Amino acid sequence: MALQDQTLPLPGITPHRSGNYRSDHLLVAEMVERGSKVLDVGCGDGDLLQLLESRGIDGRGIELSREGVNRCVAKGLAVVQGDADTDLVNYPDDAFDYVILSQTLQATRQPKAVLENLLRIGRRAIVSFPNFGFWKMRLQLLVGGHMPRTENLPATWYDTPNIHFCTIKDFVQLCDEIGVKMERAVALDNFGRPVPLNLPWWFWNMFGEQGVFLLSRAGKER
Amino acid sequence: MVSVKSIINQAIHREERSHEADHPSSPVAKFGADQPLPLDCGIDLTPFQIAYQTYGELNAERSNAILVCHALTGDQHVANVHPVTGKPGWWETMVGPGRPLDPDRYYIICANVIGGCMGSTGPASVNPATGKLWGLDFPIITIPDMVRAQAMLLDRLGIDTLFCVVGGSMGGMQVLQWTAAYPERVFSALPIACSTRHSAQNIAFHELGRQAVMADPDWRGGRYGDQGTHPHRGLAVARMAGHITYLSDAALHRKFGRRMQDRDLPTFSFDADFQVESYLRYQGSSFVERFDANSYLYLTRAMDYFDIAADHNGALARAFRGIKTRFCVVSFTSDWLFPTSESRALVHALNASSARVSFAEIETDRGHDAFLLDVPEFFDISRAFLQSAGKARGLGD
Repeated sequence: MALQDQTLPLPGITPHRSGNYRSDHLLVAEMVERGSKVLDVGCGDGDLLQLLESRGIDGRGIELSREGVNRCVAKGLAVVQGDADTDLVNYPDDAFDYVILSQTLQATRQPKAVLENLLRIGRRAIVSFPNFGFWKMRLQLLVGGHMPRTENLPATWYDTPNIHFCTIKDFVQLCDEIGVKMERAVALDNFGRPVPLNLPWWFWNMFGEQGVFLLSRAGKER
Repeated sequence: MVSVKSIINQAIHREERSHEADHPSSPVAKFGADQPLPLDCGIDLTPFQIAYQTYGELNAERSNAILVCHALTGDQHVANVHPVTGKPGWWETMVGPGRPLDPDRYYIICANVIGGCMGSTGPASVNPATGKLWGLDFPIITIPDMVRAQAMLLDRLGIDTLFCVVGGSMGGMQVLQWTAAYPERVFSALPIACSTRHSAQNIAFHELGRQAVMADPDWRGGRYGDQGTHPHRGLAVARMAGHITYLSDAALHRKFGRRMQDRDLPTFSFDADFQVESYLRYQGSSFVERFDANSYLYLTRAMDYFDIAADHNGALARAFRGIKTRFCVVSFTSDWLFPTSESRALVHALNASSARVSFAEIETDRGHDAFLLDVPEFFDISRAFLQSAGKARGLGD
């Protein structure tokens, strides 16, 4: 699998601006071509959408929580209240150039169906998720003997919205299984920096705290 | 029960109201025989007039016009003292300096709907062919008819494209009809607490109201205007029933509970022992002072007939295909007359049309009426939506 290198800060975003954005958002924004039409599924408070719109991208969002939606709409963003599991079916084929699922895959009931829908609605999909194979996670389970909790995933097992955790390795496997082509893959470490590229998958799976993937339909273009 | 004073008051208000029906105290656009209004029922209405009100100034580019569409019992007096009741405008929370619809930024227009009773041609107007009031001879009108008439008014005012169309309830239906019928004339749309079609339950409540009006002996088959009566008891009952649907169980409980009105013990009679009864009676009696009973029949009917999907071979998405208009759909959690599910169906159709749409559900226990009340979150969202649309429209800050 051919993987390309990433460097931060990203082109088109001045360094002082980049400080206001999450590094995974910057990475996602860099993957999106200017002038394209994007749907952000699970857009939260709309930070990523704002970043995209500032780069001349036509962004729309879906968010589950009413508070999140209302904050987005109050920022002037085009966001609707909805559920990735049930509402994506209402969107027509090829409605967007990109559909983004940022840190949301692990909270869906049917990640596989959601992923398939992303690539039906959008010509490309960008998916980022926390890597459950991250060494800190493994260590907590192995040594501590309890479900892992980190700064980025502080919820306890009984109140977490994240019901379908996976590792980078698991996700790659799922993509192969449903015939999705990986155009780019990046693992971000603890500090939001890309994990060096020339390292093997197992290293990514161990030292990437999150994975960011640019996907497209493989061989089944409509 | 009925005091001399209230009878005199009713007579005075009846006089003022019937004067407003033909000679409104707001600007009026008259359309002669050369400009008939083609109605959905097949009749060309002519002559007819549209009474309207404006706030603010139209800019040089003619790009800052906002049309406010009023609800069932509203009128063009959005943000000025009402000529009949002397009360403030019905949407002064939303329209005014510093409000989301600010006359310092926008040119705001509101027209009394066709079929209304505050100066636009309706059943309470004089039929020029007979010299008598239209009454039930007035043709049945629909929401698309109202919008068609508004479009003619805008032509008259020299406004090609509206920056925004805003409205709640029946006003929201007009907003949706505007976007379906004249998408190229609507830059942005803010439909609030509404639906693309009137539900069976809503039709049922309207039928209840109409039957109450028609059961009043003073209705006189709709000819009360010529006979010096007004079915105020029937219309008051219709309003009471309607008003309950505008509230919510929680709001009624919070406002009134089971509290008694000016007494500690039940009177063991059918007097208004409970505060909620007294409140409803007041709502009913104050409504009849300013509203025409036949108008109520016609406007409720127009809402009943409303179904955008039916006008597009049953497919709602088809009504909005390729639309460029920006939408902000708003619903309220406790609104059971136009519940969130109806707004969600609209949003799905707009998504299927790839329209640029925002959708916010506001948490409140105040029911359908919430859009008329002071709900800060609703104002924040409306303001932000208009600002971002204004930026896209080049209206500046």
